[in-house]
Amino acid sequence: MNKQIGILALQGAFASHASYITELGHSPQEVRTPRDLGGLDALIMPGGESSTMSQLLESSGLFEPIQAAIVGGLPTFGTCAGMILLAREIVDGRLDQCCFDAIDITVRRNAFGRQIDSFEADIDTVMGDFHGVFIRAPRIESVGEKVEVLGTYGGEPVLVRQANVLAASFHPELTGDARLHEYFINSVVTTKEK
Amino acid sequence: MRVKRGLAEMMKGGVIMDVVTAEQARIAEDAGACAVMALERVPADIRRDGGVARMSDPEMIESIQAAVRIPVMAKARIGHFVEAQILEALGVDFVDESEVLTPADEAHHIDKFAFTVPFVCGATNLGEALRRISEGACMIRSKGEAGTGNIVEAVRHLRSILGDIRRLSQADSAEQFDWAKKLQAPLPLVQEVARTGRLQVPLFCAGGIATPADAALAMQLGAEAVFVGSGIFKSDNPAPRAKAIVEATTHFRDAHILAKVSRGLGAPMIGIGMDEINESQRYASRGW
Repeated sequence: MNKQIGILALQGAFASHASYITELGHSPQEVRTPRDLGGLDALIMPGGESSTMSQLLESSGLFEPIQAAIVGGLPTFGTCAGMILLAREIVDGRLDQCCFDAIDITVRRNAFGRQIDSFEADIDTVMGDFHGVFIRAPRIESVGEKVEVLGTYGGEPVLVRQANVLAASFHPELTGDARLHEYFINSVVTTKEK
Repeated sequence: MRVKRGLAEMMKGGVIMDVVTAEQARIAEDAGACAVMALERVPADIRRDGGVARMSDPEMIESIQAAVRIPVMAKARIGHFVEAQILEALGVDFVDESEVLTPADEAHHIDKFAFTVPFVCGATNLGEALRRISEGACMIRSKGEAGTGNIVEAVRHLRSILGDIRRLSQADSAEQFDWAKKLQAPLPLVQEVARTGRLQVPLFCAGGIATPADAALAMQLGAEAVFVGSGIFKSDNPAPRAKAIVEATTHFRDAHILAKVSRGLGAPMIGIGMDEINESQRYASRGW
């Protein structure tokens, strides 16, 4: 069935996520203000600059309604900066940087270094090998007991899930491989309906 | 290339601000900039001072890298691959091979494939954009006319690039050969643009943005993000103006939000009319 998938479009690589959603036969809806949240089946938070998005979440009045929606069970998927926004705690972020505390992970912002240290690597995931692009990527430094690790790179978690929240430290939207988005819609979004 | 272009993807929908001190860099980050461009003088001052404009002092770039957590870009002169090597060694996140600095080579741009750090280059038309992409640029910015606070040239360049992409998309296979010849650009890149209807890399806008409305105009015309140079720190009240431009870039289609954020910002930079600048003083004509 066609689903309405919100894509947080304050800043970052939101358009690439939207084209995957269309490819999978669903409808993307760009989210910039609280009224864009109506009627969504799920929400994706893209990569970009987490401090920029954090400030725009406040100024647009989106922070509180999104937080309430996630607590209310809205399936949510964050990649890179999106994962930082969903974390319980951010290390090395700006002091005023807000996060949704939606998944029990501690994340170190920009943990692998500058752009020249960005890299591509194969990741082991529950859906098999997945090619990951890591851009000034965050690192998951600790995971709580309710968090399921769905993908690792070099033994470290890079893809995690807790109930309705899925988070990746890499960029599935840059490789043309929509399997992770398909997993999100089939497993996380559909589970919610059952 | 995917990793290099990836950072450009992450900057979409954002504002990249020129800063000359660590203090300005912090103001930019506080306002929500998605990156800063570290340089010694903003284009308006380069224009006023004259002389040769070069890469910034590494010490100054490092002080800005230490001050913020967002990506830091820096400029190298056109064709000056050693300045680019130095910027890469400093760990800057993006190099701007920029016409705002005095060109170092009048025939060759930098071979950008030879670097790990990604490059952004300016373009005034589609042919120039595709030539830069063929040399390895990971982001194109329309040049506009830097340091003028006048949006007219940015609009001209965006309309030229995007209008030609729209026209090229309608060309049949035989006409695409002619387009490649006219654009003086590699045929495979021309054919790819004809097929996809877009550039191979993100297209940002630079040169002349001074107000939230200017930023939103660039975005509505089809830019994917904006660079603001002199427009912020040459205005009366940089911090609120910077924040307003960030919000205008996100909410670029929402005139009510644009009206709200445009209020009470104080005077923008004064700006320069194009007829006040000699041809020889126009930066956009630098590069080939």
